[in-house]
Amino acid sequence: MSEPQGSKNTNTEPWGGFDDNIIQGSNSAVIDMENMDDTSGSSFEDMGEMHQSMKEEEAVAAEAEATEEDTGEDGEFLGMKGLKGQLGRQVADEVWQAGKRQASKAFNLYGNIDILRPYFDVEPIQVRSRLIESLIPVRVINFPQKVAGELYGPLMLVFTMVAILLHGMKTSDTVIREGTLMGTAIGTCFGYWLGVSSFIYFIAYICNAQITMLQMLSLLGYGLFGHCVVLFITYNVHFHSLFYLLWLAIGGLSTLRMVAVLISRTVGQTPRLILCGTLAALHMLFLLYLHFAYHKMVEGILDTLEGPNIPPIQRVARDVSVVANTVVNATIKTIAAIVQTQ
Amino acid sequence: ADVEESSKPLFAGLSDISISEDIPVEGDISVPIGSQNADNDLSTLDEPVKDTIMRDLRAVGQKFVHVMYPKKSSALLRDWDLWGPLLLCVTLALMLQGGSADSEEDGRPQFAEVFVIIWFGSVIITLNSKLLGGTISFFQSLCVLGYCILPLTVAMIVCRIVLLGSSGGISFAVRLIVVTASFGWSTFASTAFLADSQPANRKALVVYPVFLFYFVIGWMILTFSPSR
Repeated sequence: MSEPQGSKNTNTEPWGGFDDNIIQGSNSAVIDMENMDDTSGSSFEDMGEMHQSMKEEEAVAAEAEATEEDTGEDGEFLGMKGLKGQLGRQVADEVWQAGKRQASKAFNLYGNIDILRPYFDVEPIQVRSRLIESLIPVRVINFPQKVAGELYGPLMLVFTMVAILLHGMKTSDTVIREGTLMGTAIGTCFGYWLGVSSFIYFIAYICNAQITMLQMLSLLGYGLFGHCVVLFITYNVHFHSLFYLLWLAIGGLSTLRMVAVLISRTVGQTPRLILCGTLAALHMLFLLYLHFAYHKMVEGILDTLEGPNIPPIQRVARDVSVVANTVVNATIKTIAAIVQTQ
Repeated sequence: ADVEESSKPLFAGLSDISISEDIPVEGDISVPIGSQNADNDLSTLDEPVKDTIMRDLRAVGQKFVHVMYPKKSSALLRDWDLWGPLLLCVTLALMLQGGSADSEEDGRPQFAEVFVIIWFGSVIITLNSKLLGGTISFFQSLCVLGYCILPLTVAMIVCRIVLLGSSGGISFAVRLIVVTASFGWSTFASTAFLADSQPANRKALVVYPVFLFYFVIGWMILTFSPSR
């Protein structure tokens, strides 16, 4: 019974050490891979997860000790008598314990919202200053620029953009597909934020840029502030030229800021070009798409607003028939007059 | 070692004891009748259904009153319940169903979409306020957010009545005013309950998503138009 105590001592390596489930033997024979962290072991989220799982391992090992001692004594006491029943019960017990351990480990690892708590630790003044900074490109690019790893601002900006998109879509009563438009708006905004962040993070990984996923999410999220401003203005004031001006000015500024931050964290001309070209293209094209995808609807709505009560097709048909009738009548009268005079 | 020495005489003496009928065994075993005190809390199973429903309805009604006149009382937080939010959510979703000229599959917001938006919006706001360091619990926050939809539901009823009359520019202005007022009322009422549980300098961070949430619901109400 000294083996479980030995397992506690071997977890002294900073990266968590190997899990000693093999030595104990009665538990699963699979090595728990989640303690063997290979990437940046110094980033906060990885350390938090490791501490969490190490605590869990200790608690679980203590629990396993206690249950093993109990079931061991029972087995010895009963001897050969209730072997089958006892064995069956033991196996079922082991399966239940293992399942409960796995489930509670998984839940504490993923369902614990305290993991996200450090990313929401902001003050309103910080959020405001970061919003304004997102439109100001940095000058210094030979020194890695600091990127705040925060998720409150980006999340709120994505939701604001959803609200602005809904406002832009619902400018008249005759909007069809209103129900699915809500799902489309949410899907578009979240899909852009999460999808493009992951894609750019992947390219940054290839191009050897020094940026983490959290920082990329935060950077792109704050870059949506420019989009929100432009969309808010142009959904209320429908001028093409104004939109193009704002697209270049504000969209360009926020893109330049993101590009400058990424350049400052990348080495080499070609990687910088690839990374920043991709990001600039995607960011600017997204704003263009958001404006024009709902622009036709706006134009169509403006047309229908002029004649709300008269369906245009019927009006044209009536006019045609009236005109045709008068023409026919006029020709018959003239023919009759000509015939009469002759 | 001490334990083993003192246990030896004990074990040694055990073999001499035999239980015979000479040793009288007597006593009194009785169950006190007053032990039904523990059952008093569970005895609501036996009451008539009318009592149960009336008690719950009265609790819900009392919370409605608290929402309409948002003072700083803790009644809404202390005994939270989710009946009121469910009632309001279902009513709102049903009323937003009413009219669609083109009854294809993409008409007005479907019942499920309104439901999902309200509940997932509440969950996200609750998670946000907890992550920002709030002391309110998960279900208490859901309860408050759900009850504060009441002014918007009242506005929906008013809008439908107005739309029964006319659907021109004047009705739009009236509806806009009513919806804006009720949206402001909802936001104010919910912040009166939620903002107390936050650290003082972060109230704005919690109020903003609530504002967005009620804005979206208000927009759904304002742009509702019935079929002819």
